[in-house]
Amino acid sequence: MAAWSIYISFIGAGLIAMLPRNRAHLAPWLALLSAFAGFAFALTGAFDPNPGSFHILARHSWIDAMGATYLLGIDGISLTLILLTGLAAICGILFSWNIRERAPEFFALYLALIGSVYGVFLSFDLLLFFVFYELAIVPKYFLIAIYGSTRREYGAMKLALYSFVGSAMVLVGLLAAYAISGGETFDLVKLAQHPFPREFQMWAFPLVFTGFAILAGLWPFHTWAPTGHVAAPTGASMLLAGVIMKLGAYGCLRVAITLFPRGLEPWGFSVIGFGSWQDVFGFLAVTGIVSGAMVALVQRDFKFVIGYSSVSHMGFVLLGLVTLSTIGMRGAILQMFSHGVIAGLLFGVVGRMVYDRTHTRDLDLLSGFRLNQALPFACAIFCLAGFASMGMPGFSGFVAELQVLSGAWHSFPLLTLVSGVGIVIGVAYTLRAMQKAFFTTPPPTPVTQGTHHEMDGAPITLPEKIGAVILITTSLVVGLYPGILLRWIDEGLASPLFDLLRQGGLS
Amino acid sequence: MSAFILSLLTFLPVAGALLILTNWLGEGRARCVAFATSLLNLGLALSMFSRFDGARAGFQFVERHEWIKPLAVNYHLGVDGLGILMVLLSTLLVPMALMASPRTVDRPRLYFPLLLFLECGLIGTFTALNFFHWFLFWEISLIPAFFLVRFWGGPGRTGASLQFFIYTMVGSVGLLLAFVALFLAVGVFDFTRLGELATSGTIPLAVSKMTSGGATSTCISWLIFAGAFLGFAVKVPLMPFHTWLPDTYSEAPPAVTMLLTGAMSKMGVYGFIRILLPIFPAQLLTLQPWLVGLAVLTIVSSAGAAFAQRDLRRTFAYSSVNHLGYCLLGIFALAGAGPESARSSALAGVLLQMFNHGLTAALLFWFLKLLEDRIGGRVRLDEAGGLRQIMPVFTGLMGISLFSSLGLPGLNGFIGEFLIFKGVFAMHPWAAALATPGLLITAVFLLTILQKVFNGPVKEQHATLPDLTVVERIQLAPAITLLFLIGIHPQILMGPLSGFIQHVGGGHP
Amino acid sequence: MNYLDFFATLLPETTLVLTALAVLLVDAAGLRELKTAHRILGASLVSLLGCALSVAFVCMGHGSSYLLDGILINDPLTRLIKVAILIPGMFTCLLTPGSRLRAHPGEYFCILLLAMTGLLLLVSSENLLVIFLSLELASMCLYILAAFNTTDARSIEAGLKYFLFGGISAAFTLFGFSLIYGLTGSIDLRPIAGALGQSTDPLLMVAVVMVIAGFGFKIAAVPFHLWAPDVYEAAPLSSAAFIASGSKVASFYVLARVVITGLGGTTGVPGSQWMTLLAILAGSSMVLGNLAALTQTSVRRLLAFSAVANAGYMLIGVLAPGSGGLPALAYYLILYSITAIGAFGVVALVEARAGHDRLDAFSGLCRNSPVTAFCLMVFLLSLAGIPPLGGFFAKFYLFAAALRASPGDPLILSLVVLAIASSAVSLYYYLRVLKEVYVRPVAGAEPAPIPDLPVIGLFILAIAVILLGSFPQWLVHAVESAQAASSF
Repeated sequence: MAAWSIYISFIGAGLIAMLPRNRAHLAPWLALLSAFAGFAFALTGAFDPNPGSFHILARHSWIDAMGATYLLGIDGISLTLILLTGLAAICGILFSWNIRERAPEFFALYLALIGSVYGVFLSFDLLLFFVFYELAIVPKYFLIAIYGSTRREYGAMKLALYSFVGSAMVLVGLLAAYAISGGETFDLVKLAQHPFPREFQMWAFPLVFTGFAILAGLWPFHTWAPTGHVAAPTGASMLLAGVIMKLGAYGCLRVAITLFPRGLEPWGFSVIGFGSWQDVFGFLAVTGIVSGAMVALVQRDFKFVIGYSSVSHMGFVLLGLVTLSTIGMRGAILQMFSHGVIAGLLFGVVGRMVYDRTHTRDLDLLSGFRLNQALPFACAIFCLAGFASMGMPGFSGFVAELQVLSGAWHSFPLLTLVSGVGIVIGVAYTLRAMQKAFFTTPPPTPVTQGTHHEMDGAPITLPEKIGAVILITTSLVVGLYPGILLRWIDEGLASPLFDLLRQGGLS
Repeated sequence: MSAFILSLLTFLPVAGALLILTNWLGEGRARCVAFATSLLNLGLALSMFSRFDGARAGFQFVERHEWIKPLAVNYHLGVDGLGILMVLLSTLLVPMALMASPRTVDRPRLYFPLLLFLECGLIGTFTALNFFHWFLFWEISLIPAFFLVRFWGGPGRTGASLQFFIYTMVGSVGLLLAFVALFLAVGVFDFTRLGELATSGTIPLAVSKMTSGGATSTCISWLIFAGAFLGFAVKVPLMPFHTWLPDTYSEAPPAVTMLLTGAMSKMGVYGFIRILLPIFPAQLLTLQPWLVGLAVLTIVSSAGAAFAQRDLRRTFAYSSVNHLGYCLLGIFALAGAGPESARSSALAGVLLQMFNHGLTAALLFWFLKLLEDRIGGRVRLDEAGGLRQIMPVFTGLMGISLFSSLGLPGLNGFIGEFLIFKGVFAMHPWAAALATPGLLITAVFLLTILQKVFNGPVKEQHATLPDLTVVERIQLAPAITLLFLIGIHPQILMGPLSGFIQHVGGGHP
Repeated sequence: MNYLDFFATLLPETTLVLTALAVLLVDAAGLRELKTAHRILGASLVSLLGCALSVAFVCMGHGSSYLLDGILINDPLTRLIKVAILIPGMFTCLLTPGSRLRAHPGEYFCILLLAMTGLLLLVSSENLLVIFLSLELASMCLYILAAFNTTDARSIEAGLKYFLFGGISAAFTLFGFSLIYGLTGSIDLRPIAGALGQSTDPLLMVAVVMVIAGFGFKIAAVPFHLWAPDVYEAAPLSSAAFIASGSKVASFYVLARVVITGLGGTTGVPGSQWMTLLAILAGSSMVLGNLAALTQTSVRRLLAFSAVANAGYMLIGVLAPGSGGLPALAYYLILYSITAIGAFGVVALVEARAGHDRLDAFSGLCRNSPVTAFCLMVFLLSLAGIPPLGGFFAKFYLFAAALRASPGDPLILSLVVLAIASSAVSLYYYLRVLKEVYVRPVAGAEPAPIPDLPVIGLFILAIAVILLGSFPQWLVHAVESAQAASSF
């Protein structure tokens, strides 16, 4: 049933694209309907008698000559992420309710993007996975380029090219793996049990991992993320941060680490302290955590703060993945979910609630609006989401970071301390943004810069409120009862896909 | 009811806060609802206190439910002597803080819920026995405190609140990293279990096996200790981690400062006793001379700093650091071996000092608030004078508190400091000796305050200041009574602590 | 053999020649009095009919025949390629009415049909002489087609350039063929392969360089690509479209045949460096083609450089050892010709109303003709290699087949890496066009609406590209079984 979440999204996209012009106002409703249906179908996965373990949803012959099949499957990891996708889709649509210009196209592209994301998370055939993975590039380009704001064409192009370069790297590794395994199959489960030669894994792993990690915001290939997020319209930036970055991290886990676990083994020599790809990527992940946070600390543009914070938080995901410990990976996957929810919400507040009303994102100018009195709801939600984003216990981010750090102690004790610095800076930039945007009262001197801007006094609308409440509640519920997700993820990590990894000493 | 009384105690304030937030009873009732909730909580805490079996060593009123299985997290609550004392202190201070809150506070529908959330965080911290939700409450208490300072503080509130939050977060992150590492090593988040593992020597062994990275295991175990230590040292604070404190205390609204100094600073001391002492005995022992030295430094230099201040809020802030320094001195002395009588005396002193300082410091800030309301601004040493003539009752009551803070026998402040010095002297005579100048300087600056503010000629602009009103007198009376009660009959606190003192203070660490 | 066989095999070509004559006749006899537009329409209908007939005859063929020692071959793969030449030919006929032809419509279609005949003959022979002759037949026709707009100086310049480069390359090819003949004493590919054996004669190297240079010109591989941008830009649109699609398919196929059948025996011999030579050609085509396309403002020039880059990718299929890459190459050729003709079709429509093919002619296209815009998006993204479009699968299939045929071969692997890397760059310029189409508002006054009929044709092509990419099994199966049943 969960496979229907893919189809329903594409069907929805098609229907909306074909809406006659005089029925354009139906577009958001139709989009919301299909997003809900998609989420509902995804949710059916949770009611499976054995939701966490791997099972096949659909298997049809596709390209026999190459051994590619149309193979959809689900396990605890996929289930967690499709639920996130469903939530992000619904809330993104709710936060895009005010789109009027070319609305049907917007929602059609949006649903097409959602559909391909579902597809990535549910594909267990490498070729099919890749098809969905690349399919996501096009709608996101147009979503940003057409509906975006600041430097949208630049941001969209940068995003598209970075994604495409990343997937080109993935494609090379994937083709080589296909050829070396005998050119028989693209079935991920079968490939994961194929013992690729160590020398091959040694170059294929970093290639494929980096290829995916570009989309996950791996430092120093992260620069698309802030520009892309800032340029994107609210709904799209919620998806970008919420789901698209997870595609990359998911690929790292599902493809790079699963297929080439021996690529993480020590090289046998060390270069300036790095003795394996694990060390290298651990270092890059932590650098991302700290540098993302530091850059966020000095931004003037509100959305850039959130954009760089995404880079920082995704660093935790990558760090968790390369710890190669069950607890670290579990934390990483939970962090994907958590960051998806929280970053989505932050972008929603900044892009929709604040920007659409004040028409500026400059933190210094925003102080002129007395937002905590003008938009108390936005202020409260931003505070909650901000605390969730800093990793306050009680919210989902805490449970995730806790496990990532625990896993990181295992592999990189010193880097763990550095990432602790990243968390502290995270607190600092969130507070700084919160202070400047919401709590600063302008000096009483006559006519400051900020007061030139006229505030669009529209109160927070119901769709926004619903979306915000859904997201913050999710974060809270997961933060307080992470047990369900953790059980699914554990069962997912116990699937035969990770056999080779376990033989290699996954603890 | 006693099966879940601790949960009830923790979440009753939340219920009150939500009641106010929903605005069901109207904005005007916010204060009443908050006050009623806090009194109810105080009643609960008192009834618990009366039923607490002081002779028993272990935890009582225990609640334990499975929570997050993959992470070995249980919802595990319980109080021992230390816990119940702190719960009592917190529930006592919240009504005081509510009474000390301005009559017409700005945005009451936000202010009172935040205070109640703070209470929830405090009680949660003092009752949690599993790191996971202990840390949750530890952090949760920070958020309302931050907003209370940020919204209702003085002119420098922006910087002060930011500094306060970030300093404390640095400590929290250290704590988090430390416990996460411990979890990785032994797979346990439970405090009691961790303590047992530490005693049996499992933890160092597990830590040495934990990492595959390059760092050596001793280095790792020191890092873990450093993280945990930092967390508590910032919160108490121990010099040199104290720099956030004077600004925060002086910028925060007085009612909040009462809670900050009275209860929140105790969270750090509590952590030292509950967590650091049992889980990291070896490291504490190795570092003991340095730590004791730091405690002495804290005592002496904060007393000196308090002496040098002209603003009374800052004086009291530094004086607060000074008083907590005695607690730390006692705790660090406990880290080493010593005769049982000395150890239990030091521990008893620490516990009493925690409670008494909480009460006295809160009272002092309350008085300061009353005085500030009257003169319409900060109280500076050189600008006030002669208040004894125009507001005699106020002078009398505040004088009692000042003497309590100074450690006059017969008032509550004496007994704690006395016991600490008695215990420490038997174990580390030189440290005790070095710390005595702190006592002396404290006496000097408190007397200076008495002299400058209350004696001398009346300042012209102050000539018409009203004395305490009847309502204020009634509000203050219970607290003042308590000062005397404890001072004369410390047994009412010592009784319930005996089991705990015997258990922790007795024998070797 | 009997002559009936011979005739049956040549039926499609014969049909085309007869149609060519018929077009001339019809135009001269019946249409002379009408307006040019109507004459073009009439002639194009007749040609279409002929092409359709020819396709039918190709499809009716069955089995494999190998006539006159390889002078004429008729096997499933060849037939598939013939269809892949004729279909772009048909769409060229459809495009012609829009390509601002001023005079001589009958002659135009006649020459177009003759060019197709040449190409069909080219792909159905293993005899060097026949290959050369049919190559020349096709080339001559294409020169004329390129320069057909005699009133447009740029068209003439393009034709002349094409002609000069082509002439020189033909000379090279012929010289190479003659050297091979001198070395082996045969002009049939199979005896040649047998005679060359494991030969390491330096003269052979010279011959190979000559032959590859000649074909390199036809497929527009760097450094023999210089004619392509000018011809694509200035030739009448339908001519450019046919040069980009049908002619490309045939040239590639015959290059593969010469290299694999004729020189295949020398694969891996240290002395024979033709693989390296082709690899250098492939690599430089990908890189230069893609980089040069980045800065183009004329969409036709952009497509020309994209064609250069695609030639580079396709050479990987030729390089794969044995005939391992051949089915994938055939698939790529078919997809590429469909996509290229489709893209030119959209350019034709836009050019017809805007008068030029610069990027800004495309702005706001999605507003006044969403279907055209959609088709262009499909074609360009397919060229960029975005799934689930045909272009993606073609690339994937080609690279996978090449790697599978030679696992661990560093030459092939590095070429594949280079191809994938440079195709990542290509997304940029395709998106630049699409940005105009979808993002930018309409520039200037509301342009004239786009006629519906050609859009339907383009839409069919776009659907084909999508379907062939999403469900490639059918065509993959077709090319693989055709190759298995063929003598290649």
